[in-house]
Amino acid sequence: MNNNIIILPIIIPMITAVLLIFFNKQEKVQKYLSAVSSVINIGISVFLVHYVHTNGIISLEVGDWKAPFGIVLVADMYAILLVLTANIIVFACLLFSYKIVDYHRSKFFYYSGVMFLLTGVSGAFLTGDLFNLFVFYEVMLMSSYFLIVHGNSKPQLRETIKYILVNVISSALFVISVAFLYAVTGTLNMADLSLRVAELGSSGIIAAISIMYLIVFGLKGAIFPLFFWMPGSYQAPPAAVTALFGALLTKVGVYSITRVFTLIFLQDIAFTHTFIAWLAVLTIIFGVIGAISFSDIKQIVIYNILTGVGVILFGVSTMTKSGLEGSVYYMIHDMIIKGLLFLLVGIVFSITGTTNLEKFSGLIKKYPTLGWMFFIAALALAGIPPLSGFIGKLKIVQGGFEQGEFVLAFAVLLSSLLVLYSVMKIFINGFWGEEKIPQVLETSQVKSLYVPAAFLLALSLFYGLGTEFISSYIKQAEQVLLSPDLYIEAVLKE
Amino acid sequence: MEIVTSIVAGILFMTATYLMLSKSLLRIIIGTGLLSHGAHLLILTMGGLKKGTVPLLDEHAASYVDPLPQALILTAIVISFGVTAFFLVLAYRSYQELGTDDMDQMRGNDQK
Repeated sequence: MNNNIIILPIIIPMITAVLLIFFNKQEKVQKYLSAVSSVINIGISVFLVHYVHTNGIISLEVGDWKAPFGIVLVADMYAILLVLTANIIVFACLLFSYKIVDYHRSKFFYYSGVMFLLTGVSGAFLTGDLFNLFVFYEVMLMSSYFLIVHGNSKPQLRETIKYILVNVISSALFVISVAFLYAVTGTLNMADLSLRVAELGSSGIIAAISIMYLIVFGLKGAIFPLFFWMPGSYQAPPAAVTALFGALLTKVGVYSITRVFTLIFLQDIAFTHTFIAWLAVLTIIFGVIGAISFSDIKQIVIYNILTGVGVILFGVSTMTKSGLEGSVYYMIHDMIIKGLLFLLVGIVFSITGTTNLEKFSGLIKKYPTLGWMFFIAALALAGIPPLSGFIGKLKIVQGGFEQGEFVLAFAVLLSSLLVLYSVMKIFINGFWGEEKIPQVLETSQVKSLYVPAAFLLALSLFYGLGTEFISSYIKQAEQVLLSPDLYIEAVLKE
Repeated sequence: MEIVTSIVAGILFMTATYLMLSKSLLRIIIGTGLLSHGAHLLILTMGGLKKGTVPLLDEHAASYVDPLPQALILTAIVISFGVTAFFLVLAYRSYQELGTDDMDQMRGNDQK
C-alpha cells in the first residue's frame, strides 16, 4: 500500500514540467515552481532512501497487475541513491540556470525540458521492466535533444544532428534487442527475465543478446569504441545543460549495464564480464589520452567523463563484493563531481568568455574562491584520500586484485595520475601565472554563480569525509547487486 | 513465414545502414525511417507469426495472436514518429542556418 510513494520521484517532475508549459511567459513563476518542486523531490528521495534502508527493497505493481504481467517499479538501494543524487544535481543546475539562462531562452520551455529530463532519468533508475526502460530512455533523450539545441546557435544545430542520429540508431538497436530477448524468453519483466535466462543455462544466443545490450547501453553510456559522439555533443550546449548531461545521461547507461549484467546475464560470466573489463580499461585509456591532449577546459572535463565511466564499469566487471561496492561509491561520487566541474567550467567561461587555456591565466588573484574550489574539486576527481573519489577507487582496485586482474587494476590506478595531471594543467595554466584575462567581470557579478557550485562541493566533501556514515547504505546497494535473488524475491513475491 | 519476414527486416536494415552512411542529410533521415520500420517488423516477427485471430475478445476464437508485441510496436511507432518529426525540423532549421545538407561540410572545428 505504502509503496505508492515510489512513483513520486517520477510523477512530481512530470507534473511540474506540464505546469511549467502553461507559465512559459512568467519567468518568476517558472523559477519558483521548479525550485520548489526540486526541493520537494530531494525531500522525498531522502525519505525513500531511509525507507528502503529500514524495510529492504520495495516494489510497486502499477495498476495492481501481478508482477510479471504488469509494469513494476522497483526501488532498491542502488536505484534510490542514484535518484537522490540526480535530484540534487538537477537542483544545483537549476540554481545555476537561474543566473545563466535569460528570459529569451527560458520562455521557450527551458525549465520544462529540464524537468522532463529528470522524469526520464528517475524513471530509468526505478523501472523493473525492460520495455518501460526503453520508454524512459526516450523521455530522457527527447528532452536532451531539446536542451542541447535550445538556443539555436550554429554549433548546437550541427552537433544536435549527430547526437540525434547516434541515439536514433541506438534506440532502434534497443528495440531489436528487446525483440530478440522476448522471442527467447517470452517476458519483459527484469526479475522474471532473470529466472527464465537462468533456466535456459548457458547458451550461445543469450551471450549474443547480452553483447547486443552491452552495445546499446554502451552507446548511451559512452564506453570505448562507442564514445565517438560525446566530445562534440557535450561541447555545444551551455554550461548548465552540459553539467546535467555529464552528470546524468551517461550514468544512466552505466546503471543499465550494471543492472542488466548483475541481474539477467549471469550465465557466462567468464566471457561477458572479462569482455566488459577490457572495454572498461580501454575506455579509461582513451579517456585519459583525450584529457591530457586537449587545452580546452571543457574538452578535458568531457574526456574525464569517459575515465569515470571506465572505472565504474571495471568495478562492475569484477563481480566481487568490494568491486561492486566500489562501483556504487564511485558512481555517486562521479555524478556529483562531474556536475561540479562542469559548473566551475561554466563560471570560468562566463568570466573569461573562452574555455581555451591558452587565452587566459592568473585567475586566482581576482577570483580566489573559484580557484580553491576548483583545486579541491580536482583533487577529489583524482581520488586524493580524504576526498570523495578515494574510497570508490580503492575498493574497485581491491576487487580487481581479488579477481587476479593485476594488469587491468594497475591501469585503473595509473589512470588516476593522468587524470590528476589533466586537471592540474587547468589549475596551473589557468589560475596561476601572470594575470591575463580577456574580459574582467566584477567579483560581485559572478558571486551568485558560486552558490550551486559551493553546494555540490560541500556535498562532495561530506561524501568523502563521512564515508562511515554512508557505508551502510552502500553496503545494502552492493548486496542486491551481488545476490540478484533478493531483487527477484522482492518483485515476484508469492 | 518468420524466415521471410526476417529476411525482409534484414534487407531493411541493410538499406538503412547504406543510406545512413551517405552524405546527404535527407538520405540519412530516410535511413532512420527504414531502420525503425525494420525494428518494428522484427518485433512482430519475434513475437511469433502463428495463425490466430485478431486480439479482440469479441471474436470468441480458439486462439489469438500475441497482443504484447503489437502494443510494443505501437509504442515504438509513436516514439519514432516524434523523434523523426523533431529530426526533420532540425534538418530544415540547420539547412536555413548552415546553408548545407552535406554532412562533410558540417565538420566543425572548436568554436565555429
